[in-house]
Amino acid sequence: MLEVKNLHATVDGKEILRGINFSVRAGEVHAIMGPNGSGKSTFASVLAGNERFEVTDGEVLYEGRDLLSMSIEDRARAGIFLGFQYPVEIPGVSMANFLKVAVSEKRKYQGLEPLSAAEFLRMMRERASVVELDSKLTSRAVNEGFSGGEKKKNEIFQMAMLEPKLAILDETDSGLDIDALRIVGTGVTKLKRPDNATVVITHYQRLLDYIVPDYVHVLYKGQIIYSGDKSLALKLEKEGYDWLINQYE
Amino acid sequence: MEQQDKIWDDLTGSDYKYGFVTDIDTETIPKGLNEDIVRLISQKKGEPDWMTEFRLKAYRHWRTLSMPRWAHLDIPEIDFQDIIYYAAPRTKPKYESLDEVDPELLATFEKLGVPIEERMLLAGVAVDAVMDSVSVKTTFKETLAEKGIVFCSISEALRDYPDLVRQYLGSVVPYTDNFFAALNAAVFSDGSFCYIPKGVRCPMELSTYFRINAAGTGQFERTLIVADEGSYVSYMEGCTAPMRDENQLHAAVVEIVVLKDAEVKYSTVQNWYPGDKDGRGGVYNFVTKRGMCRGENARLSWTQVETGSAITWKYPSCILAGDNSVGEFYSVAVTNNHQQADTGTRMIHLGRGTRSRIVSKGISAGQSQNSYRGLVRVSRKAEGARNYSQCDSLLIGDRCGAHTFPYIEVDNPSAVVEHEATTSKIGEDQLFYCNQRGLSTEDAVGLIVNGYAKEVLNKLPMEFAVEAQKLLSISLEGSVG
Repeated sequence: MLEVKNLHATVDGKEILRGINFSVRAGEVHAIMGPNGSGKSTFASVLAGNERFEVTDGEVLYEGRDLLSMSIEDRARAGIFLGFQYPVEIPGVSMANFLKVAVSEKRKYQGLEPLSAAEFLRMMRERASVVELDSKLTSRAVNEGFSGGEKKKNEIFQMAMLEPKLAILDETDSGLDIDALRIVGTGVTKLKRPDNATVVITHYQRLLDYIVPDYVHVLYKGQIIYSGDKSLALKLEKEGYDWLINQYE
Repeated sequence: MEQQDKIWDDLTGSDYKYGFVTDIDTETIPKGLNEDIVRLISQKKGEPDWMTEFRLKAYRHWRTLSMPRWAHLDIPEIDFQDIIYYAAPRTKPKYESLDEVDPELLATFEKLGVPIEERMLLAGVAVDAVMDSVSVKTTFKETLAEKGIVFCSISEALRDYPDLVRQYLGSVVPYTDNFFAALNAAVFSDGSFCYIPKGVRCPMELSTYFRINAAGTGQFERTLIVADEGSYVSYMEGCTAPMRDENQLHAAVVEIVVLKDAEVKYSTVQNWYPGDKDGRGGVYNFVTKRGMCRGENARLSWTQVETGSAITWKYPSCILAGDNSVGEFYSVAVTNNHQQADTGTRMIHLGRGTRSRIVSKGISAGQSQNSYRGLVRVSRKAEGARNYSQCDSLLIGDRCGAHTFPYIEVDNPSAVVEHEATTSKIGEDQLFYCNQRGLSTEDAVGLIVNGYAKEVLNKLPMEFAVEAQKLLSISLEGSVG
């Protein structure tokens, strides 16, 4: 599904990603861990197409297409979803309205008719329940006045609405209390299907209790320096990154 | 950084969508302004002597004035002798049916989406379509006449209801008011007159579409609305102008008289040609709009969506003379490319228990300058007066300006005056978030802007609101969606 080869990227001339190789197949869950400043969020942003970052080398194939040549919105419509670490507030635009446009754009891209108002509302109700999101929030402006936990639940709610093929969740667990963590974690798991894939970026193993990864990767100084299975996350939790970094340096 | 500039350029660099010139024979008089021209205009319109005298007095007063320069606007020198002050479509006769109307003129209205045909009936709108100063067609007059409502061009009103016009013309905006009001009083060509009799609720939205068309003619519209005791009317005015290079002067005057227990809602969508994206051409729009709530419990509400003109100088105001009268001002002003707007309102509280509310939403994009200027004055006798003002500015890109100039003068200690202001920016992070959900940048900006302006757009009559929403998006196309 996703094939990243030797990806290099810079921001303001400073190289952050220094040759990432990474591949994801349908049905898989990958976790990306690593110390602060290792390039995890940059990697997620570059895949989503954030223009703050400049790709200087490498190649990304998504379902056989050259992802890097696609616009941000086309990547989204083609099934790439980024769960934001800091979801952005958009005053004056209701969640319902926002999602209506997002869902219709995606359907248009796939050659489908827009949903009827009734179908759309039913879908919103159903999907809001996946993350136990208070349905009243969908009539409020996008993320405006949402608590930290509500914002993160709202990200997963949008993921449920947009049914991505590849979801990249950037520290979705940060700032969540134990209950919210469980709701978000199990919510993501409920959305798992054989034809989609999830990449979870996290600092903590606890989220991986809910979203069980097939692979765990360690990103350090813009490169994946080690990959393992889910037991790697437990080891990192216990021992930190030093043993890996020492090996690498 | 350069890349970003380019993005904003692409976004804000959209062209005016209503640029076209209709080729219709136009009868004009020589350029320039003097007493003879003023007399000629009055004579061409077959006006009574007192009207000619009114114009001449205004003209003489205007000669003693100079252009106001206090606004936050960079106004090029205007040569008032280089303007043609009167143009009338040669096809003068009144038409009984649309078939008789110049097809090109109809096509123009079609392009503008003016619903002059059956659609109007369905929409319940009576349109007094003004094309270059002379009324071409007035509809629904009969329906209105049954209720005793007068809705006609001001020329017709001067002929058919001279006493009414004489009683109220200049009573709210005297020709001595300001430079442009004096000019308008001297040379106004046409406009609309509306009288709602005592206790009558006007059954339909009244609207007038203004349009500048003949090259080089300034347009000087004059509108007079009188709502007699206990009456109600909702009046809509909308306009677009064709694309051209030279600047066009537009100096309209709107006067509204609201008597005891009456209510007037005045809505405007203004989309005159704003000039091209390099700031060439565009309409100079110097408008004096004012209403007087003369009687107790009179209510006047201004709602405006301003997206056009190279320069906008406009302050629809309320004089709250009657006790417990209410004035409202809801405004969305959009500037893009090199447009400049200095707009706002004045709420003059004279009566006891008078209330006013101001909601102003400025949107600046490109390299434009957008100013809100508002005065709230509470006089000594206005016991218990209240005002609430909210002035918000939204910036798109980093080369535009938003300014707020609130003036508050309170001479009565029992008054409560509140003012709130915010400034926000459509950030790249917001656009990225929207893009990442599959929204194009244009759709995203459209959503954000319409959401921001919703409070004002909601005040517009339904059919206008839809048009205004589209207009907001079109005006900011690229810069917004």
